[in-house]
Amino acid sequence: MTTTTRIAAVTGAVGSARTRVEGRDKVTGAARYAGEIPFAELAHGWLVLSTVARGRIRSVDDAPVLAMPGVLTVLHHGNAPRVETDYVGMLGRPNPVLGIFQHDRVPFVGWPVALVVAETSEQAREAAEALVVRYDEEPHDVAFFAGHPSAYTPQDNPMLQAETEKGDVEAQLDASPVVVDEEYTTPEEHHNPMEPHAATARWDGGRLDVVDSNQGSTWVASELAQLFSLDPASVRVRSEHVGGAFGSKGLSPHQVAAVMATTVLHRPVRVVLTRRQMFSLVGFRSPTAQRIRLGADADGRLRAFDHQALSLTSTVHEFIESSAVLGRVMYDADAHHTLHRLVRLDVPTPAWMRAPGEAPGSFALESALDELAAKCGMDPIALRARNEPETGPVSGLPFSSRNVLACFEEGARRFGWADRDPRPGLRREGRWLLGTGTAAATYPSGVGPSTAAVTAESDGTFTVRINAADIGTGARTAMTLVAADALEVDPDRIRVRIADSDLGPAMFAGGSMGTRSWAWAVTVAADELRERLSPGGGIPPEGITARSNTAEAIGALAKKERHSFGAQFAEVAVDVATGEVRVRRLLGIYAAGTIVNPLTARSQFIGGMTWGLSMALHEEAIRDRASGGHVGADLAGYHFAAHADVPLIEADWVDDPVPDDPVGIKGIGEIGVVGVAAAIANAVWHATGVRHRDLPIRPDRVLRAADGARHRAAEGARNA
Amino acid sequence: MAPSTSSAITLNINGEKYTLPVDHRTTLLDALREQLDLTGTKKGCDQGQCGACTVLLDGRRAVSCLQLAVAAEGRAITTIEGVADGERLHPVQQAFLDLDGYQCGYCTPGQICSALAVIEEHAAGWPSAVTDDVRPDAGVPALTAEEIRERMSGNLCRCGAYVSIVQAVAQAAEAAGAEVKEAAL
Amino acid sequence: MREFGYERAFDVSGAVALLGADPDARFLGGGTNLLDLMKAGVERPALLIDVRELPLDGVELTDDGGLRIGATVTNSDLAAHPEVRRRYPALAQAVLAGASGQLRNMATVGGNLLQRTRCGYFTDLSKPCNKRAPGSGCPALTGEHHNHAILGTSEHCVATHPSDMAVALAAFDAVISYETADRPGELPIDEFYLPVGETPHIETALPAGALITGVTLPQAPVAIHSRYRKVRERASYAFAIGSIAAALDVQDDVVREVRLAYGAVASRPWRARAAEQVLIGSPASAEAFAAAADAELAAAEALPENGYKVTLMHNLVVAVLTALTEEAAR
Repeated sequence: MTTTTRIAAVTGAVGSARTRVEGRDKVTGAARYAGEIPFAELAHGWLVLSTVARGRIRSVDDAPVLAMPGVLTVLHHGNAPRVETDYVGMLGRPNPVLGIFQHDRVPFVGWPVALVVAETSEQAREAAEALVVRYDEEPHDVAFFAGHPSAYTPQDNPMLQAETEKGDVEAQLDASPVVVDEEYTTPEEHHNPMEPHAATARWDGGRLDVVDSNQGSTWVASELAQLFSLDPASVRVRSEHVGGAFGSKGLSPHQVAAVMATTVLHRPVRVVLTRRQMFSLVGFRSPTAQRIRLGADADGRLRAFDHQALSLTSTVHEFIESSAVLGRVMYDADAHHTLHRLVRLDVPTPAWMRAPGEAPGSFALESALDELAAKCGMDPIALRARNEPETGPVSGLPFSSRNVLACFEEGARRFGWADRDPRPGLRREGRWLLGTGTAAATYPSGVGPSTAAVTAESDGTFTVRINAADIGTGARTAMTLVAADALEVDPDRIRVRIADSDLGPAMFAGGSMGTRSWAWAVTVAADELRERLSPGGGIPPEGITARSNTAEAIGALAKKERHSFGAQFAEVAVDVATGEVRVRRLLGIYAAGTIVNPLTARSQFIGGMTWGLSMALHEEAIRDRASGGHVGADLAGYHFAAHADVPLIEADWVDDPVPDDPVGIKGIGEIGVVGVAAAIANAVWHATGVRHRDLPIRPDRVLRAADGARHRAAEGARNA
Repeated sequence: MAPSTSSAITLNINGEKYTLPVDHRTTLLDALREQLDLTGTKKGCDQGQCGACTVLLDGRRAVSCLQLAVAAEGRAITTIEGVADGERLHPVQQAFLDLDGYQCGYCTPGQICSALAVIEEHAAGWPSAVTDDVRPDAGVPALTAEEIRERMSGNLCRCGAYVSIVQAVAQAAEAAGAEVKEAAL
Repeated sequence: MREFGYERAFDVSGAVALLGADPDARFLGGGTNLLDLMKAGVERPALLIDVRELPLDGVELTDDGGLRIGATVTNSDLAAHPEVRRRYPALAQAVLAGASGQLRNMATVGGNLLQRTRCGYFTDLSKPCNKRAPGSGCPALTGEHHNHAILGTSEHCVATHPSDMAVALAAFDAVISYETADRPGELPIDEFYLPVGETPHIETALPAGALITGVTLPQAPVAIHSRYRKVRERASYAFAIGSIAAALDVQDDVVREVRLAYGAVASRPWRARAAEQVLIGSPASAEAFAAAADAELAAAEALPENGYKVTLMHNLVVAVLTALTEEAAR
């Protein structure tokens, strides 16, 4: 059965700007996040992490620590409860780091080796710092670089097909009059949500109750149930407010540690990560080394397309940063090849980080397109228009909707692109060289099965129950608007309850799939409820509830290429004497289906673009080869953009109807990031004439490039 | 004799007196959050590197994570819970709400406390790092977007809400009588 | 963080007496660096003596037209002070370029002078560091050092001093006053900070048990035409990768007097006396500025990843002196 639902502007709620329903709580400090809910008899856990990159734990000297003031227990591999890690969860097999304290092996710096629990956080911290753990250290390798001799092509990875191939790339490259063949690198990057990960676990009437900060309580509850061999119905996970996540807030060792400790101590235990601990425990974006080869006719038509991306993974788990997937959607060619390769190093397992794959991949690919445009003497937008595919370049499937050219057209008009002189290095204002650049953006529009319940209350209000997560996206507000339209009532009559695994299974907030998935389920339930409510009929005290489950309808969805698209524009100023780069303007125009709440949607797009700016200029975690750990694992050592770095950013959208789609909503949480770093790098080239193929574009790199350019110019003068 | 490592102190917070025992190691931030149930002040880094824990001490903004609770005795402390006038939001809070100057909301209390101080500091004639001429004869710089951004830079926002935060600060500053340049709005 | 005692001092002699000769006691000013280091385990005091309420929070004109700045003056008050802004604008700019509005409200002048390096090895107990654990080695030499020192380094340490304020103070010949249990004393800033040599863990010449009470800036008319420029990897709220405090007096296109000090290139604020000597009496031209910059940087010893700082400082000297020359001509 295919259920066709409808998100039309019946009451006009969807599509109208509305401030956040929890906004007042957030601006008054009343909104409580995971570490802020009081519990009687609360104990505080502090994780102890390994200081060696590879080896075995020889001893955990817990006796002196147990004698310290307030210390309640020290959990480690010698005494911790056993957990089950041999299962397949919502996202495949669990990361072995969840199996904390189960054995003596250490696979990276920052692996959890103990949890110290004490009466107060000060006592726990001091005791954790005092705990002496001895190791038998083994040689380690944390060095990531292009051409690493141990690189391999992943086989049968459940998340991603590593390689796609069509035609003879080498032959087409040989036959191409214009060729770009360049290497690009992006560094290790970290999510760093403002709220550190925090969880409080307790046993409550035979049920495990976890107050958490996560992207999906269904997901976290089901993983905890499997790890601790519990009946899923006996696990409740709540996550009312989440202080940012960006892919890092699924299940991590701290929740497992909290559950272990509460089980041992029979009292509530809270474990909060420190900022430094977050650098090794909650995932990160792998560094990438990417090679792109483009072969084109003189008019820019692509004959050969080859995108090869190397990233790293840990020795215990396989994760692929899917950098080379963009070409499978964006550009066709007579011969087409995309490939992901991995190298296993003694580091933590990377994870999804806002626009995984697309963020680093688009830096490389959209920079290469710009290089090709310059070589062809073409406008970068015209080059993209020339290569606009009819169907999915690899799948051959039709697009559900594809309005990337409309984005470029609208963006070019608003940005003033037509007046641009394409030649680099010509514009100066005081000490600054100015330039502009552009790039395309795309991100998949996925969906996951969800259940929802909508209740007509006897007082004339409605309650929507959906286990969504609001990680800053405005999910509560969006579901209010979606339900208002489906129920044909004013949004003020709707109350939305989210972020509680007892509400029933639902998609997590990830992969830009949340709003689309939840809106579908809410609309189906609301539609049914509306049909059941007879005009003028009474409502019993317990209300009338309709429920939905979208699993079947999602399974029946026609196979198509479903994506959001966009066009990014950047203007930069570069001082080549000091290496400083300032972004003066960013504009993003998107085609992303129905925009539910223009106010919060604009914030999300702009937030994503701010990430792109930050990625272009600032972000980089530095790993120390000698120790295998980070240097400067904090917010002074790991820079992301501050207020002063971020100019006026504008985001807007074009109409993007999706004719056969039952929801019409696409994801918007990640596409804002995609292409921005390339647009900025392309603008830096336009300003200075120097290509930056390594991120971030730090002052030292700009200075070295300027030195190099001077050197080359001097050599050229000598040779002339 | 080893010195005592804890004290009974009285803190003046949002005009109310709180008497509590503190371990000397306890920061003002942890005392607020873990002992006084004033959880509106947020812990983002605990190292003075993010600004999420910003409060006002004697009317001036400070990061409460690097302020020992015991050393805060005798000072007037204002937290986010003390910013609104009863049910009526402070104009800075209202501007953040109206202009969507946040997303996840975690840095928001710190941003708002910082914004209150930015408006005061500007009114007092303090220059900033982007003030072209800091000499007193040059007068008070107008609150351009650039000035607001520099002055707010001690408050990181990972969601990337800076654009609307700056607009909210500009709107509230203008309402408070500051000279705000068009560019900020 | 281990447990510690806390005492609040209300006068200088009381503070000094409380500290006594206890090597495990520390003065607590704004706490913005000390508390952070305590959380990292780098500092583990048994006793903190809170000096914030000492009567050292004034900024006064001296008889010769200089300034005397109390040790507990906050960075914010220093930068906002009309006489600082009028007489030593580069000092106000340097302070404003540091940290954030919140931290400047807390941080004191005395504490700022005693800031420890932000080298990532120094603040991480799991790694070797000669400054923190003498003799353990310097991993920055072969590890991460793209923001480390190029001047006055040794094979034992290449960390930089993080203060912006101290760079301007160095340019203006600040004298640091202190009290010990026995006597008051003074140290010119050049002698206050010690060369790295073989003892990177000994950073200043301050006697044991001494409390910094203030900083005196001698009268310096040249300072009226001064400027601080800071380059960093974020537009704000970041430590410098290179900075400069400069003051210039040009008459008839000839340099009469000049002050130059660099930040983020050495273990201490780096007074560029070699460059100053080249400039005195020379024409105020970009060529002369470049030659002066090169004279100072001839002694630079770069590691593989921080050689760009030589270019950066060269360019900063030329840019800032050129700007000051143009400003004077207006």
